[in-house]
Amino acid sequence: MENGMVTRSDIPLRVITSSPEAILKAKKRLRLSFRQIRRENIFNKTLMIMGLVMIILVVGILLTLIVQSMPSIKALGLKYIWGRTWNPVEDIYGAWPFLLGTLLTSFLALTISIPFSIAVAIFLGEYHATGWIPNFLKNAVELIAAVPSVIYGFWGLAVLVPMVRTFEGHVGVSPMGVGIFSSSLILAIMIIPYAASLGRSMISMVPSHLKEAAYGLGATRWEVIRSVVLPYTKSGLFAGILLSLGRALGETMAVTMVIGNSSAIPKSIFAPGNTMASVIANEFTEADKPVYLSALIELGLVLFLVTVVINMIGKRVIDRFTND
Amino acid sequence: MKSKILTIKNKILTGFCFAIFSASLVSCGGGGSAGGSDSTASASSDDITIIGAGSSFDNPLFSKQFSEYNKANGLKVNYQSIGSGAGIAQLTARTVDFGASDAPMNGKQDSAVSGPVVHIPITAGAVAIAYNLPDVKDTLQFTPDVLANIFLGKITKWNDPRIAAINKGVKLPATGIVIAHRSDGSGTTNIFTTYLARVSEDWNKTVGKGSSVAWPVGLGGKGSEGVGGLVKQTPGAIGYIELAYAVQNNMPYARIQNKAGNFISPSIPAVSAAANIRIPADTKVSLTNTDAADGYPISGFSWVLIYKEQKYGDRSSDRATRLVRLIQWMIHDGQQYSSALTYAPLSPAAVSAGDAVLKTVTYDGKPILQ
Repeated sequence: MENGMVTRSDIPLRVITSSPEAILKAKKRLRLSFRQIRRENIFNKTLMIMGLVMIILVVGILLTLIVQSMPSIKALGLKYIWGRTWNPVEDIYGAWPFLLGTLLTSFLALTISIPFSIAVAIFLGEYHATGWIPNFLKNAVELIAAVPSVIYGFWGLAVLVPMVRTFEGHVGVSPMGVGIFSSSLILAIMIIPYAASLGRSMISMVPSHLKEAAYGLGATRWEVIRSVVLPYTKSGLFAGILLSLGRALGETMAVTMVIGNSSAIPKSIFAPGNTMASVIANEFTEADKPVYLSALIELGLVLFLVTVVINMIGKRVIDRFTND
Repeated sequence: MKSKILTIKNKILTGFCFAIFSASLVSCGGGGSAGGSDSTASASSDDITIIGAGSSFDNPLFSKQFSEYNKANGLKVNYQSIGSGAGIAQLTARTVDFGASDAPMNGKQDSAVSGPVVHIPITAGAVAIAYNLPDVKDTLQFTPDVLANIFLGKITKWNDPRIAAINKGVKLPATGIVIAHRSDGSGTTNIFTTYLARVSEDWNKTVGKGSSVAWPVGLGGKGSEGVGGLVKQTPGAIGYIELAYAVQNNMPYARIQNKAGNFISPSIPAVSAAANIRIPADTKVSLTNTDAADGYPISGFSWVLIYKEQKYGDRSSDRATRLVRLIQWMIHDGQQYSSALTYAPLSPAAVSAGDAVLKTVTYDGKPILQ
């Protein structure tokens, strides 16, 4: 078998003792199966390499972020995370307002989007799975995910912000329009498709005998959804919500355009704020001092770690749901 | 035999996978230096392309100038409008022939470069104070003190007596002032904050100057269009913006009191006048709060930056000569394209200072321009 050559010892003794034609035939068959094995090996190796590339990329990104943010870590230490001032002139960098802004906008957006995405998932998965209206709705929801985020930014600035400003005028807060609330609204719209499509496929996979049994017991449609479909799919729904949250945490362009970009700690949800991603996008090109540049990269590192932590918590929750 | 071919195939396939893999790694790691290889590689014969990077403020003017220069002299110039700070970083990394910046290099940037860099003023621009007061038809006037107090958040209403005192006869509304500033680092911010730091001790102490500062109050918009959008949409808003943008978008902008006490509206002649002052040999001068009696006080130069000694890496003397000739053309004949694009043509003082600087540029120790 070495070097891929078929040697005499590979051929069973039973064949060797028979006619020369049989030996040839056996050799041919062996070569064929060797070829299949080799293909199998190549495929296997390719998959492994691709997998390794992914791991190398993630580790590489993490290492790059850590190495590049070393000057800032050395200069500012742990104060960086809790610091409330971001002042490039004085070389004082504190990420706390942006960390807060990122978490605030993302979770607010998630809260706004959950009712919509779950409703869409139930509608498409349980109530109306086929027909042209559900099909249209399904495509429309998927299209929401396909629109580039800068388009949402422009739409937000031109349409949503004036509406929010009028609303703010009525509730009696200073009518600026842009701010945490506007960016959460935009984000909420952008993240609906992730939870909705995963939820839909989960709900449509609920075994029909479970539902039929419930109907057989006299349950109404609402009762079936509440006590059969939702409990059965909760881990899937949660995974979809987690996916949405991940998207919301890292969204840059649309948020930058409507959040008001203020480095002060937001006093209310109508106040202007800033997120880590939008600070990086705003200030990276003109970061003219080494520590400044490094502080921005450290912001990226913090964002990376926040995403990892939230994902890990999410995985825990999903595991617990599934074990029940 | 067949199996041997198969092994070869096998090896080729695996090799191919590795090739893709390593190529992707190389392109990841080498991204930063990719621009550099082509700037130095093509340093021979006629197909020289001069590469520049920096200020986005200069970009419309440069596009026009380079296209005209290409028609006349056949030299190709590739300018990347990536922002002043990034342009300086590219020059420091020697991946471009020239950088362009709206602010002179600061001490830290100076210490990062490997050789002395000279600044040549290339154009001048103004920062207009645009506002949105739908019911006010007259042009507002501001003194430096009032302007600083507005941006410090100490004057919060439009009908504040301090604003009313310098705008007699104007019916000011009681609405709150919404401040709009740039959220991205920019040369415009640098000019504006340098001005405020010069005219207000308070501003200098609490905020300071730079292309990104910690704003005491206000909303941030990304780019001129971001600030412009905020000002246009929000009643009661005030913001600083490039003059060209304010003019093109028909936004009302204020007259500002200059050092001589005159209220000056930003315009091309007022900026050129502001630049007609004594310019130091290194040309690194801020035009803000100019001494000129008819000069607009919030204006500034934009500079082209090149290494004083042009022989570095494997640069040819031909390449260096073409670069210096190009810049010489830009500050002389190239200036005719300024006004149409709302840039202020260089003042005579600035042109002669630029000429003097260009004469000091050398190749292997010998001056390039005789």
